[in-house]
Amino acid sequence: MMPINARITKIVDETPSTKTFFLDLTLDSKSGQFVMAWIRGVDEIPMSLSYPNAITVQKVGDATSALFKLKKGDSIGVRGPIGNGFTLSGKSILLIAGGVGAAPLAPLAEAARDEKIRVKTLLGAKTGDELLFVKRFRGAGEIQTATDDGSKGHKGPVTGLLDELDLQDYDQIYSCGPEKMMGKVLEMAKDENMVPKTQFSLQRYIKCGMGICGTCCIDPSGLRVCVDGPVFSGDILVDSEFGRYARDASGRKMKL
Amino acid sequence: MDLTIDLSGLKLKNPTILAAGILGTSAASLKRVAQHGAGAVVTKSIGASPREGHPGPVLVKTERGFLNAMGLPNPSYHEFVRELETVKGDVPVIASIFGSNAKEFEEVALGLSKARPDAFELNLSCPHAKGYGATLGTDPLKVKEIIKSVKSVVDVPVWAKLPPVANIVELGLAAQEGGADAVVVINTIPAMGIDIESGCPILGNKVGGLSGAAIKPVALRCVYELCATLSIDVIGVGGISTWKDAVEFIMAGASAVEIGSAVHDDINVFRNVSKGITQFLEKRQCSLEDIRGVAQK
Repeated sequence: MMPINARITKIVDETPSTKTFFLDLTLDSKSGQFVMAWIRGVDEIPMSLSYPNAITVQKVGDATSALFKLKKGDSIGVRGPIGNGFTLSGKSILLIAGGVGAAPLAPLAEAARDEKIRVKTLLGAKTGDELLFVKRFRGAGEIQTATDDGSKGHKGPVTGLLDELDLQDYDQIYSCGPEKMMGKVLEMAKDENMVPKTQFSLQRYIKCGMGICGTCCIDPSGLRVCVDGPVFSGDILVDSEFGRYARDASGRKMKL
Repeated sequence: MDLTIDLSGLKLKNPTILAAGILGTSAASLKRVAQHGAGAVVTKSIGASPREGHPGPVLVKTERGFLNAMGLPNPSYHEFVRELETVKGDVPVIASIFGSNAKEFEEVALGLSKARPDAFELNLSCPHAKGYGATLGTDPLKVKEIIKSVKSVVDVPVWAKLPPVANIVELGLAAQEGGADAVVVINTIPAMGIDIESGCPILGNKVGGLSGAAIKPVALRCVYELCATLSIDVIGVGGISTWKDAVEFIMAGASAVEIGSAVHDDINVFRNVSKGITQFLEKRQCSLEDIRGVAQK
């Protein structure tokens, strides 16, 4: 598909490092799907949809820095929605979000609430003011927070909150965030025989977003994160590269 | 129905091959394509040093085909040799390589030889990486020199992937004289698109190459003319997505076909093409050899 022109209608400062860009374009999308956002003259990058008409972006590199300079009324190119997205199931679900990984999980929490599914969210960030979409998660159910510096909620990684929970209370577990964190969630699910009931959203270098170039393929399945994912069941990720390494833009393996 | 072919000394269970640059960065991905029915797989083009490739968009689907300018991203042979070692097994694996001159091609071929690829495919045709690909591949003297160099350091078949040019036969003859065991035609056709909202070229690199159904007639003409003149195998690539496309190329004289962009619609394309060819041959009660090159008569 060709990029569609999308005008920025509103920019919301969510945290010191993240902004939400609302667009004049509402995509018929599912939580967990993403778009390729083209910042003209700079680059095209994969971005999670945090609303059907918005992306929430953390400033990490050239393209996101260029995006942060755009103002209301400016436009970007958008291809999407792309990928499979999360599958809602069960009556009670647990969401585990880290940092900007909260972006695709917030619409999932709201979709679950609308379907009368009980939602509990564990939300982590480096600091209290980096906790993303606290209100949205609270509006969808129960929330517990964790911060690396202890400025809000539990001090330490968000997975520390899992020690106090019985995973068996949940029909499905969803996670998005730093991969080390998600790897830990998968480990804990393994101990509880819950692996088939987990869904993880992966971040990989995505270039074509059409399942052609192969940049985002994961080991050992060879599945493409862009079109076969970005959401994978824990079954597929057990004993894979998940939590251990990923490939950079050239295809070299990088330890996580 | 037996679709087995002997291709420049390699035994393939069917004549469909994964084209270079498609799903070929990792061993896992290449294996997955083999499991989906490809008779052989070609890796992403590998060079002497790591390259990140061009900025995005690197690939867009237009109404008339795919435009791409990936920019030869690759981890370098130093890193890829380990990946290549683990692909071996199911089907022949062909290492696609590129360089800026004969020496560099040699260096990469030698570096990857440790992983024992079944053949090498020399990228003499990428249209959008300055100093590489078609920059060299449109010059018959360079084509001959590079193939000769690589042939002198490897002991497996060497294929030359050539760009779509008007005088394709001249390039093909140069490749054959250089000692190529097969030629592969064509690569993408130099092309571009413009985003009319902004006036920006649609590809990050501004210009790139066109692939997909739109280029099939161009590829077919190249295959047809090369098959009429060369004695080595000709492998057709460009816009093949159905068994009918593949049969056309075989009737033009192609020994095999490579498939690339069509994985977008269905990664099972290899199996489907083989199945279609089988049914076509069964209906006619003939073999692959019987239809090969019939258009030349």
